[in-house]
Amino acid sequence: MSFAHKHIISTKVLSRADIDLILTTAQSFKEINQRDIKKVPTLRGKTIINLFYENSTRTRTSFELAGKRMSADTINIAAASSSVSKGETLEDTAKNIEAMDADVIVMRHPASGAPDYLAHRLSRCSVINAGDGAHEHPTQSLLDLMTIKEHKGTLEGLTVAIIGDIARSRVARSNLYALKTMGATVRLAGPSTMLPPGLEELGAEVYTDINAAIKDADVVMMLRIQLEREGGGKLLPTKREYAQFFALNPENMKLAKPDAIVMHPGPLNRGVEISSYVADGKQNVILEQVENGVAVRMALLYLLTGGSDKE
Amino acid sequence: MPATCTTLLNNEAIRRAITRISHQLLEKNKGCDNMVLVGIRTGGDHIARMIQQKIAEIEQIEVPLGAVDVTMYRDDVGSTRDPRPVGKTEIPFKLDKRNVVLVDEVLFTGRTIRAAMDAIMDIGRPANIQLAVLIDRGHRELPIRADYVGRNVPTAALEKIEVEFDPSGEAQEVRLLKP
Repeated sequence: MSFAHKHIISTKVLSRADIDLILTTAQSFKEINQRDIKKVPTLRGKTIINLFYENSTRTRTSFELAGKRMSADTINIAAASSSVSKGETLEDTAKNIEAMDADVIVMRHPASGAPDYLAHRLSRCSVINAGDGAHEHPTQSLLDLMTIKEHKGTLEGLTVAIIGDIARSRVARSNLYALKTMGATVRLAGPSTMLPPGLEELGAEVYTDINAAIKDADVVMMLRIQLEREGGGKLLPTKREYAQFFALNPENMKLAKPDAIVMHPGPLNRGVEISSYVADGKQNVILEQVENGVAVRMALLYLLTGGSDKE
Repeated sequence: MPATCTTLLNNEAIRRAITRISHQLLEKNKGCDNMVLVGIRTGGDHIARMIQQKIAEIEQIEVPLGAVDVTMYRDDVGSTRDPRPVGKTEIPFKLDKRNVVLVDEVLFTGRTIRAAMDAIMDIGRPANIQLAVLIDRGHRELPIRADYVGRNVPTAALEKIEVEFDPSGEAQEVRLLKP
C-alpha cells in the first residue's frame, strides 16, 4: 500500500487508487464512531492545528473530532481571535505553528490557492485544504463519495447532478474532479450567472434547466446559495425567484431515479435551494454525509501521518 | 527466494489441531454458552471460523464470531515508510462479561496480542480473555502466553512461518521458510 501525497489540497491530483484507499480506510475507521468509547491510540503524540480564516461548524468540528478520536492533540485557531488580526502574514503564522512541531495544519481560507501556497513554504507539516475560496474542498468531496458508494455500491457509471451556485462552489469543483476520476457522469446545473465558462472542458455536462439535470440521476446534490458572498456583484435577482426555478422539491425530485439519493454539503437554506419536504424526506442522506465526514478525515489524518517519510 | 521451505502442517494436521483446540476450549469453559471467538486479521479470523465450525459440529451451537484489526493499536505506527493498511474490526455483539477467545494464526513476539487485547478492552469489558493460536514459534518480547496451541515450533528469529489459506478461508498448509 502506498499513499504518495504529503498534502491534501485538491482532488484533481488524486488517482483512482488513492481515492479507493482513502474510502476503504475511512470504512475501517467508521466503526470507532459507533462504539461506546470513541477513542483509539493510533495518533498519540501527533499535533493537528485547525487554522480557520472563515467560519465553519461542520468541517472544523469534524476535523477536531477526527483528531481527538485518534488521540492526536487538536488545537483550533480562529483567525479573528489570533495574531492575524494584528497583521501577521499567513506564512508567518504557519511557520510559527510549524515551529511548535505540529504535524498537520488543516486550513480554511477565503483566498483560492492559500493552502497550496502554504504547502510549498512549509518544510515538515502536512497541509489539508478545508476549503479555499471558490477553488476546492477535497475532504467534503471524499465524504460525498463515501456516502454515495455506501448507497450505490460503486461510483462507476453513476449519474450525479450537482445543482446551484457552481461558480462559487468549491464543493462542486472537488466533486467534479473526483467523480470523473471514479468513472461517474457529472451534470452541473444552475442559472447561467452561476455557471462559469469552460465547465464542459473539465468533463461536465452543463444544464440551465434543473429538470433536465435531475432526469434519471442516481444522485442529486444541492449546493447552498452563498448569501454571504452576494455583496460583491449580485448573481440573483431574489431568493424567491431562485427558489421558483432552481429549488429541489417533491415534484422535480420525481424525475430522478426512484432510488436516487439527495445530498447537500450544508448548511441548508431551507426554502431556497431545497424544500424541507425533500431535505427531511426518505431519500435524503444529508446527516450520513456529516457522519462519514468524521471517518474520512480520520482516514486522511492517518494516511498523512501514519508513515515515517513522505519525501 | 528463501533457501529452504519445510511443510510443518498439512491440511489434515491442521484440522486435527483445530479439533483438539476446540475440545480443549469446550472442556476448559464447560461448554460454550458464554463464549465468543474473535479472530485477529488477517489470518486469525480464518482460524477462528474453522474453530467455530468445529464447535458447531461437536455441540450443535454456533458461537458468535468477530474479527479485530489491530493496526490502530500497534506500538509501531509511523515506523514504516508508508502507513499500514487498516482493516475492519467487526464485532457485532457485546463483549461485556463474555469469555472472549482471541484467535491468531502464529504467536511470535506477542506484540500483536497486546494490541488486540487493548482493542478488545476499548470495545467492552469481557469476563476473561483466552488466547488460541495455530502455531507458537517462540521469541516472545512481552509476558504473554497462549492457552491453546496447535503446534509449538522452535524457530530462529530470521525464519518465517507462512500459513496458506484457500479462497474459502480454510488453512491448507503451514510452512517454515529459512532465509
